[in-house]
Amino acid sequence: MTILLLAETAGDAIAPATAKALTAAKEIGGPIHVLIVGPGLKGAAEQAAKLAGVEKVLVAEDASLDHVLAETVAALIVSLAGAYDVIIAPSTSATKNVLPRVAALLDVMQVSDIIKVVSADTFERPIYAGNAIQTVRAKDAKKVITVRTTAFAAAPEGEAAPIEAISAPADPGVSAFKSEELAKSERPELTSARIILSGGRALGSAENFQKVLDPVATRLNAAIGASRAAVDAGYAPNDLQVGQTGKAVAPDLYIAAGISGAIQHLAGMKDSKVIVAINKDEEAPIFQVADFGLVADLFTALPELEAELVKIGR
Amino acid sequence: MKILVPVKRVVDYNVKIRVKADGSGVDLANVKMSMNPFDEIAVEEALRLKEAGKATEVIVVTIGPAKADETLRTGLAMGADRGILVKTDETVEPLAVAKILAKIVAEEQPQLVIMGKQAIDDDCNQTGQMLAALLGWGQGAFASKVEMTEGAVDVTREIDGGLQTVSLKLPAVVTTDLRLNEPRYASLPNIIKAKKKEVAVKSPADYGVDISPRLEVLKTTEPAKRKAGVKVGSVVELVGKLKEAGVL
Ligand SMILES: Cc1cc2nc3c(=O)[nH]c(=O)nc-3n(C[C@H](O)[C@H](O)[C@H](O)COP(=O)(O)OP(=O)(O)OC[C@H]3O[C@@H](n4cnc5c(N)ncnc54)[C@H](O)[C@@H]3O)c2cc1C
Ligand SMILES: Cc1cc2nc3c(=O)[nH]c(=O)nc-3n(C[C@H](O)[C@H](O)[C@H](O)COP(=O)(O)OP(=O)(O)OC[C@H]3O[C@@H](n4cnc5c(N)ncnc54)[C@H](O)[C@@H]3O)c2cc1C
Repeated sequence: MTILLLAETAGDAIAPATAKALTAAKEIGGPIHVLIVGPGLKGAAEQAAKLAGVEKVLVAEDASLDHVLAETVAALIVSLAGAYDVIIAPSTSATKNVLPRVAALLDVMQVSDIIKVVSADTFERPIYAGNAIQTVRAKDAKKVITVRTTAFAAAPEGEAAPIEAISAPADPGVSAFKSEELAKSERPELTSARIILSGGRALGSAENFQKVLDPVATRLNAAIGASRAAVDAGYAPNDLQVGQTGKAVAPDLYIAAGISGAIQHLAGMKDSKVIVAINKDEEAPIFQVADFGLVADLFTALPELEAELVKIGR
Repeated sequence: MKILVPVKRVVDYNVKIRVKADGSGVDLANVKMSMNPFDEIAVEEALRLKEAGKATEVIVVTIGPAKADETLRTGLAMGADRGILVKTDETVEPLAVAKILAKIVAEEQPQLVIMGKQAIDDDCNQTGQMLAALLGWGQGAFASKVEMTEGAVDVTREIDGGLQTVSLKLPAVVTTDLRLNEPRYASLPNIIKAKKKEVAVKSPADYGVDISPRLEVLKTTEPAKRKAGVKVGSVVELVGKLKEAGVL
């Protein structure tokens, strides 16, 4: 089986999700080629080449692939697909957009968000917001797979593999990039952070969300997350939403402040190593999954936590 | 311009599902079913475009068992004009759903298909992208804003890191994210009116689509359960526990 891994990049670098999906690809087994798409990604290609287990890196730098437009990137992958048995990618907003398009063009049913490789054609995946785990066997000859990266460790570095430049087929011409508003943050990225501090509806305003969470997050070098209620109310940007329909995360430490613990939220964070809940309602469902629960008003508990972290030198 | 809105009947989002002990699946007997929440957002968006004079007709379509008629009626009560029920008791995977939808698109010739980004039961997040692929159309997945322009639609998409706006030539497929709009509730008179609206009943065979599954479900199990830990009495105690656990 030859495997094509569509890399997720962040600027001119490989996103941590890529090395995690690589681990899943290795468990499937076979030579692995990594595909990097978009202009100005030579640095990312070099990083990918250094990941242990990569046989070759393909780089397509055509301008039409910029911003990972589904229409052009899918056309590129389909043009390469003849040589591959498996097309795999970490599950990110970019690949969730692209891979089903590839799958349909190849007449393949995609296996979304795998959390375990049972064998080369059999995988486990969560359904119903993670309340059930399905074991599925993909019967199509070619397989198209996305990987829930919280379930796999990152592949280490190894010997450098060769890098080959390739070019994209003609742009299908049905879509064009217009603009982009990207939040600039100095904090660690949500899906790869070691510690996450998430805030819910209880924060009450965008101002509070920042004022109350920021100092603690800074002390902990934590990423900031949010519940859907906090995002819908405009307290936090959309890409911070953790949950069934937002991001799946599994940090070493997840602190939920003023979040009730709806199943849709739990779906995105219950695989975290240690969960802390701070909620003033002792009946809140979040306490059912929390290793450490603190029944308290977050507006006093979080400043106290910051002071305590200062004391222990964090 | 016609808009086609595929809607799926799923277990209501408030229901905590139970996995069957024999591993054969999820117990759906006597469970409350509703329209997939993302599809309500899709219906709402289509209706707003119609109300703004940008569309002339909103058609809802569902693929599922006879009972999925209820889901269509929900869409019709919100204000959609007519429905199509593609009746089947079989499991229909996203690829097959997309193939059936592609055939319906060929018949109905909508300029826009608006659908949910994911169904909250199987969480596949595939069908819209697959439909766009089969039709060779542009796709605006995970939309938080949809704006019609001359012969095109501008879609603002929720992506990792923020928002991206793409311009798609019409016809196109849009899939909805949570922030696109807040769907309306159907009024009682509209619920009654919806009962009389036209629903065409079809079968997958009418469209010549082979729906045999490509994925074989070997078993369905419960996830590993997390057990509740301890309550701590103070922030100081919490920090102590976190240090002990080695995460600080
Ligand atoms: C289709 C669909 C998809 C969804 N996807 C997601 C998703 O991906 N992610 C997600 O998070 N949700 C999702 N939801 C929403 C989910 O069902 C809940 O509504 C949401 O998670 C609630 O957010 P919350 O916990 O912040 O708010 P609430 O449920 O309102 O909880 C607020 C909590 O704060 C506590 N509180 C209040 N004041 C204080 C205080 N001063 N100090 C301490 N505690 C306080 C309260 O006791 C309460 O427990 C989805 C829903 C649907 C229908
Ligand atoms: C054991 C098992 C039993 C199942 N039984 C049934 C069953 O009895 N009936 C059933 O319908 N499905 C059943 N399914 C689900 C089915 O197999 C597909 O997975 C599902 O229809 C499509 O996946 P999704 O909804 O997660 O796709 P997604 O790609 O997440 O869906 C995105 C969007 O596509 C549209 N869409 C998807 N499916 C339909 C549809 N059927 N009609 C109209 N629009 C749609 C909606 O707009 C939806 O928001 C079963 C699955 C399993 C595993």
